[in-house]
Amino acid sequence: MILFENISKFYGEVLGVNRVTLTITPGITSLVGPNGSGKTTLMNLMTGLLRPTRGRITVTGTPVDHPEELCRKVGYCTQYDAFPPGLSGFQFVHATLKLHGLDAAECVERAHKAIARVGLTDAAHRRVAGYSKGMRQRIRLAQAIAHDPQVVVLDEPLNGLDPMARAETIALFKQLGEEGRYVVLSSHILHEVDLLSDRVILVHHGYIVAEGKIAGVRDEIEEHPMQVLVRCDRPSFVASRIFELDSAVEIKIHEDKGGLLVHTRDADKFYLLLNRLVMEHGLDLEAVAPADEDVSAVYKYLIEGDGHSS
Amino acid sequence: MTVTRQILAVQALELRKRFLGKRAIPVYLLALIPLVLFTGRLAAMRLFHEIQNGSIANDRVIYAVLFRTLILRFVVYFGCVAVFVPLFRGDILDRSLHYYFLVPLKRQTLTVAKYLSGLLAALVLFNGVTIATWTLTYLVYGPNVVVEQLASGHGLFELGGYVLVTSLACVGYGAVFLAAGVFFKNPIVPAVVILGWESINALLPPVLKKVSVVHYLDSLCPVSIPPDSGIAILADPASPWVAIPGILLLAAVLLYIAAWRANRLEILYGVE
Repeated sequence: MILFENISKFYGEVLGVNRVTLTITPGITSLVGPNGSGKTTLMNLMTGLLRPTRGRITVTGTPVDHPEELCRKVGYCTQYDAFPPGLSGFQFVHATLKLHGLDAAECVERAHKAIARVGLTDAAHRRVAGYSKGMRQRIRLAQAIAHDPQVVVLDEPLNGLDPMARAETIALFKQLGEEGRYVVLSSHILHEVDLLSDRVILVHHGYIVAEGKIAGVRDEIEEHPMQVLVRCDRPSFVASRIFELDSAVEIKIHEDKGGLLVHTRDADKFYLLLNRLVMEHGLDLEAVAPADEDVSAVYKYLIEGDGHSS
Repeated sequence: MTVTRQILAVQALELRKRFLGKRAIPVYLLALIPLVLFTGRLAAMRLFHEIQNGSIANDRVIYAVLFRTLILRFVVYFGCVAVFVPLFRGDILDRSLHYYFLVPLKRQTLTVAKYLSGLLAALVLFNGVTIATWTLTYLVYGPNVVVEQLASGHGLFELGGYVLVTSLACVGYGAVFLAAGVFFKNPIVPAVVILGWESINALLPPVLKKVSVVHYLDSLCPVSIPPDSGIAILADPASPWVAIPGILLLAAVLLYIAAWRANRLEILYGVE
């Protein structure tokens, strides 16, 4: 587990994060929040690049102020787009592995392996200075995973990647997550976070406003209605029955009269009713889908709409 | 074994970063200044047949003066600023220090490794300058004179003394400026202040004279400057038994302090 125990970080009088208590489990965990919300601060704290003003952080049992032990477990792909000058991609990854104290043969082998994993083998011996932004992002990713860390921390790792590289990188993250590693990433590309994350942590103004599985986080926002899209043969009939529920807020029937969009405060009651309509009234149901049970909607409700913390 | 590999890895990276790229050009240009001057002097004396008017004894004093002023107080001093300050401060400005902080390496070890890489470069470069300028001084009288000077033991002792002083200057100033790079956002300010202090050293009371690197370096110089040379005279030279351990101790203390500070450094590039 990665444990944050009542962590606060202040930059002078400026708040970084405040009273954060978190438990991060293996798998892919995404930090979501606007710029300046505290995502990078949380990542820098868990990798030992920052020291908390208050509280304690341990990464699989290791306190973060023990870099000799911590850095064997953790690989961090930061958002700083800077490299030692004059190095090729291979030399960059190789040099980092040498700093880990590995022997020469192992450094070479691991560097090649990590570069292959991020799909940069062909460009490995070109200078990093000549790389595109996406390639620089990927070589930093290779550097972060080259020593085979148990915890991989990635700050905005999809920035600058073209669609193909993005898909390959997401596949790599999923693979790392499936291997039982801790993958902690931050991103503004919410639909991709939605696709790849096991858990999300929503951060705003230095506070954790929600955490957990995306659907679970969404359920916790009880005061905000959930939207469900229903495609069926008798939308007006369904709408009339839904309004009998005290949790229904708003219903919009589609212009083609082939479905409706339901806003409800109690999804469970709604789904039970829908089942009854199918069973008892022979409703021909084409599709039912939550219209906003994704990170983007949750983020919008909680942060942009200044929703309450869960 | 692992730590040794890590120190060597830091050194390889630092030497490549700092001394094999464009950033090293100012340091090399600085080192080139005395070489150009001494070569020019050699050429001028040969061209204008001034050798008859010169004497080895006289040139020995001239070199002693130029070594103390041009080489020690200018080239080595500013060279050490350029070599040692960027070891930490340069990485902070480049936003690349985190690469070192994300490997299983104690910050204390990192500090020592960076210092040793700077020291290696400074020793090679500035001792090269010292040896070359000393040789050029006597080369005016022909290569045979240089060989004779070295073979007689007297010249070898003299050159060895200058190399020792240059090396100790790199050790002492290196530690000072590495620490300045760790502590100060703009290390040029302490560099100028220290230079001012070192420059007025000869005018200071005996007690304050001892709080200086250059006082001990001057004390170790193998050739004294005669009182009628117009240069401030070292009134109360320190014994080598005090000067050498003193500089080494100063370097060790400053390295310890720099390592302590490095251990508390956070990656806050945005505010640097």
